[in-house]
Amino acid sequence: MTRRMNHPAWFFGPYVLLFLTFIVIPVILAIVLSFTYFNTIETPEPVGLRNYVELLTRDEVFMQYVLPNTIRFAFIVGPVGYMMSFLLAWILAQVPHKVRTIFAIILYSPSMTAGIAMFVVWRVLFSGDQSGYLNSLLLNWGFIQEPIQFLTSPQYLMNIMIVVSLWASMGVGFLAMLAGILNIDQTLYEAAYIDGMRNRWQEIFYITIPSMKPQMLFGAVMAVVGTFQVGAIGVQLSGANPTPQYAGQLMVNHIEDYGFIRYLMGYASAVSVVLLLMIYGISKVTFNLLGEKN
Amino acid sequence: MAKFSGMKINPKHFHRSQLKFYFILIPMAVFMGLPILFIVSHAFKPLNELFAFPPRFFVRVPTLQNFRDLIDLAADSGVPFSRYLFNSIVVTVSGVALSILITSLAAYGLSKLKFKGKKLLFEINTLALMFVPIAVTIPRYLTIARLGLIDTYLVLILPLIAMPVGLFLVKQFIDQTPNEVIESAKIDGASEMQIFLKVVFPIILPAVATVGILSFQLIWNDVIGSTLFIDDESMKTLAFYFNTVAQTMPGQAANPVAGQGILAAASLIMFVPNIIMFVFLQNKVMNTMAHSGLKG
Repeated sequence: MTRRMNHPAWFFGPYVLLFLTFIVIPVILAIVLSFTYFNTIETPEPVGLRNYVELLTRDEVFMQYVLPNTIRFAFIVGPVGYMMSFLLAWILAQVPHKVRTIFAIILYSPSMTAGIAMFVVWRVLFSGDQSGYLNSLLLNWGFIQEPIQFLTSPQYLMNIMIVVSLWASMGVGFLAMLAGILNIDQTLYEAAYIDGMRNRWQEIFYITIPSMKPQMLFGAVMAVVGTFQVGAIGVQLSGANPTPQYAGQLMVNHIEDYGFIRYLMGYASAVSVVLLLMIYGISKVTFNLLGEKN
Repeated sequence: MAKFSGMKINPKHFHRSQLKFYFILIPMAVFMGLPILFIVSHAFKPLNELFAFPPRFFVRVPTLQNFRDLIDLAADSGVPFSRYLFNSIVVTVSGVALSILITSLAAYGLSKLKFKGKKLLFEINTLALMFVPIAVTIPRYLTIARLGLIDTYLVLILPLIAMPVGLFLVKQFIDQTPNEVIESAKIDGASEMQIFLKVVFPIILPAVATVGILSFQLIWNDVIGSTLFIDDESMKTLAFYFNTVAQTMPGQAANPVAGQGILAAASLIMFVPNIIMFVFLQNKVMNTMAHSGLKG
């Protein structure tokens, strides 16, 4: 049966079919719906740019909370997580194989935990009453008199979200960078030292990073995508959508809020399109930044 | 040459000069690992230790009570625990198998076949690396509803298995296999499909294992599918059930602390298959990642 299968369609058929159905069509549909009013019951009614205009001019929650939150969250978790991935990968490359494997497994494992771990670990750790570990410690040491409502007070929620996201950010990109560092040709280093390279910082910037640029770029894309994907975290930590005073509200929550709570699908789609454009734009900028170093 | 230190990358043995790295690695490992250790410890705590004040980190008298409670809780809600488990296993196993098959087929096509539009296809896929599925949940729902896939096992599998990252990684890996092997098989009269199945597939097993791990994580942990696309309670997965327990538990003021132990047990059940797979296959994953480079 396989003797005549030479045509590319045999190889691409299933993948392309699924890719079109679950990635391309939904994206196109999101773009189309974003120009309509659609409440899921009546047929969508074209409204031109109204959703976008409303989003940018009249949606106070979006402009005051969601957008600044998303930007703040992304601009901390993305770059910090990325640098952490690289530095930890680089450090791991300096220790022997067995130890490295054990540490790599420990560092990678948080990214494998499902959302439910959020409820157990972080909600118990930051719980607002005395049974919360952090509150219990702080009370014990006399730093505070009253337990702090970490997860429901706006001033703490965002920072906790950032810490938790960083905790889980050593994912595929981290593994790729680790593999990249380990695969660099050793003779490059020898040659550079003969040519007068003096210390390990120079080594990192002149040899290591340029030699593994493809992995650095891959890691960057994974970091950007990973940052925008963790939308549910604020809702999971605080247990409410919208989050308390919108302190942990990200674009993804805003989409859910309008789509599945208020059933304004057209408007929610406009937010989706803006989000996809943002991810694309940030990836492009990152690419250019990293690409220039060569 | 005296100060040469570059050879310290990937050292064979421990050396005193490595100590400084451990000063960073150990605290980081503690930060990353403690929460996981906490889940394990919490899952085996009996009720009185969960209630203990001040709270204790490690379990003293381990018990399986939390796991039993978790199973009983499901029976109370009408769907037995075994049913959720069965659904999860069916969906995950078939999903991983399908994902491996379609991804490596397409990767072989992108890497070794010659046809028009190949470059464009690869570029579209690279663009799709930046795709965030959660952003288009609504149009995805509409598409799935229109296709009549609601309330089928397929809807828990199909949306997840065309993974741009997987295709990318396998394609990069196949790029490394020498063309001579393929050419000589062609001279012997083998078709492209035969070459793929008999020559290439055995060589790319590390990349296949990596796709397997990634799709396993995606499908096993997925909650959205069961939440949005499945109405029939008896077709939903373990991840969904645990998530429901997590969402209703803190609200039950009667026993919020007891719930923590049950949730820890649930987290552990979700986590263990992932970590076992990774520990056994990590060598193959690292091997695949070595070829994961993107060109800017």
